[in-house]
Amino acid sequence: MGTESSPKIVIVDESPIRAAILEEGLREAGFTSVAHISEMQSLLSRIYALDPDVIVIDLENPSRDVLEQMFQVSRVVRRPIAMFVDQSDAASIQASVDAGVSAYIVDGLKKERLKPILDLCISRFNAFAKLQDELDRAKSALEDRKVIDRAKGILMKLKGLTEDEAYVLLRSTAMREKKKIGEIAQSILTASELLK
Amino acid sequence: MTTPIHIGFIPLVDAAALIVAVDKGFTAAEGLDVTLVREVSWSNVRDKLNIGLFDAAHLLAPVAIASSLGIGHVKMPIAAPFNLGLNGNAITVSPALHAAIMAEIDGDRFDPMATALSLSRVVAVRRKSGAEPLTFGMTFPFSTHNYQLRFWMAAGGVDPDEDVRLVVLPPPYMVDSLASGQIDGFCVGAPWNSIAVDRGVGHIVHFVADILVRAAEKVLAVRQNWSDKNPEVVAALIRATFRAAEFIEQPHNRAETARLLARPERIGVDAEVIQRTLDGRIKISPDGTMRESNRYLLVGREGAARPDPTQAAWLYAQMVRWGQASISLEALKTAKAVFRPDLYDAALGHTAKSPTDASDAVGAFAGPAFDADDIAGHLAAFPIGRWKA
Repeated sequence: MGTESSPKIVIVDESPIRAAILEEGLREAGFTSVAHISEMQSLLSRIYALDPDVIVIDLENPSRDVLEQMFQVSRVVRRPIAMFVDQSDAASIQASVDAGVSAYIVDGLKKERLKPILDLCISRFNAFAKLQDELDRAKSALEDRKVIDRAKGILMKLKGLTEDEAYVLLRSTAMREKKKIGEIAQSILTASELLK
Repeated sequence: MTTPIHIGFIPLVDAAALIVAVDKGFTAAEGLDVTLVREVSWSNVRDKLNIGLFDAAHLLAPVAIASSLGIGHVKMPIAAPFNLGLNGNAITVSPALHAAIMAEIDGDRFDPMATALSLSRVVAVRRKSGAEPLTFGMTFPFSTHNYQLRFWMAAGGVDPDEDVRLVVLPPPYMVDSLASGQIDGFCVGAPWNSIAVDRGVGHIVHFVADILVRAAEKVLAVRQNWSDKNPEVVAALIRATFRAAEFIEQPHNRAETARLLARPERIGVDAEVIQRTLDGRIKISPDGTMRESNRYLLVGREGAARPDPTQAAWLYAQMVRWGQASISLEALKTAKAVFRPDLYDAALGHTAKSPTDASDAVGAFAGPAFDADDIAGHLAAFPIGRWKA
């Protein structure tokens, strides 16, 4: 590995979407040699086959303990890895743990070359968490809409209302009971299920 | 004392005292507001304790020592004022390896020297026939599992770094790896050995109690400087976990304990499997063979909860033996000082010595009695090792 060439980075992550986001970010930043491992079986031998300079792993991955073995001096381990940050750099450790990512530097790479990689991983991991959060919210909004549509259908049938009238009834009941429209709709579905 | 406290744990039966202390309200009764946080790796537990995201943790005893010595990772002095469990691990092997060991055994199948010698014959035959070396899983480089496996096989003449492969595997992956043939055996805590037996993919060859009479396993770990700043909180934690340990050790409370531990947000496996561990009544083979031991896992009884610095010294000696730590009197002193019987005694107001029926505090099946003041002299009695005097 020449010191001027792009360090070889391996991303260990079971989430293919997050890994893709990270990989794209790294490539945009000029790190051209990026590989992804999503399969945790025989993780060490996969890593050895790729022979990276930097390993990035998500903190929700139990296989993080497998990487700790690479600190050891033994026959199983070919190239020992060093810690990803200096002991003094508490802020970096805090930021990476908060973001849910950890990076290891393999023996031979200068420590200052890791910093921009780690920073990028932290920001991409945070971006992914935000995306995930938005996705979850969108999903639950979609679920709500489905439930509301079905509740409207029931009201229309049972009370002979138009769709607009059914919605107004749901909304006014929600306001009176200080609940979400989705919750009222859900209780209508539950009740109609019970009364079937 | 209403400051919220976050305590990290790994879903294993030896977190019992901590889980019961919180879920039975013993910590609340001490005025503590504790949130237990389930974690997926020892590296995460260690790092989150180090940077203060956790105030305390269920931690592998050797990790507490390694952190305090600054080996393998960032140096962070740790205090262990309470021992969450003694023993509790077991060595499980695949049906094929079990058959091979039993075919070669000369002596009692529960005698670790007999099985270790048999293993060394199996290893020699495999080498001659050009077969791949056997692979054993353990949970962490600085783990009791690593040292117990090594101690056992080395006593029979198997060099754990030359003759077999030892690999780190997260406990939840152990059983699958054994089933798929990725590994031939493992050393891990409960409930994973029982799960391998229940699935018909493993036989338990040894309880750790066969290898060591008393082996410190997990500790309640806090940062030393946090402990210095919050002595009342630490004392309250000790009292609450002590009360929980006493509760767990009452046989009529075992079923309730197993139910508490079994819940998905705690350990998340069948209560029945957990109770086997607590009772020390273990199914060791898929055909239903049972084996009982009153030393399988000790949570508080026989003085198990009181941290014993001799145990810390023994673990440090294993780090030296296998080339993880260099030998020095200062490091030995640091290692011993991680275990804090003084904090334990102060919190509980008694100074009972840990009773033991072994010739020393460890009671290993091979080698001379452990001398916590002479690590070099002790290790000289073991021919296999990676250390230099």
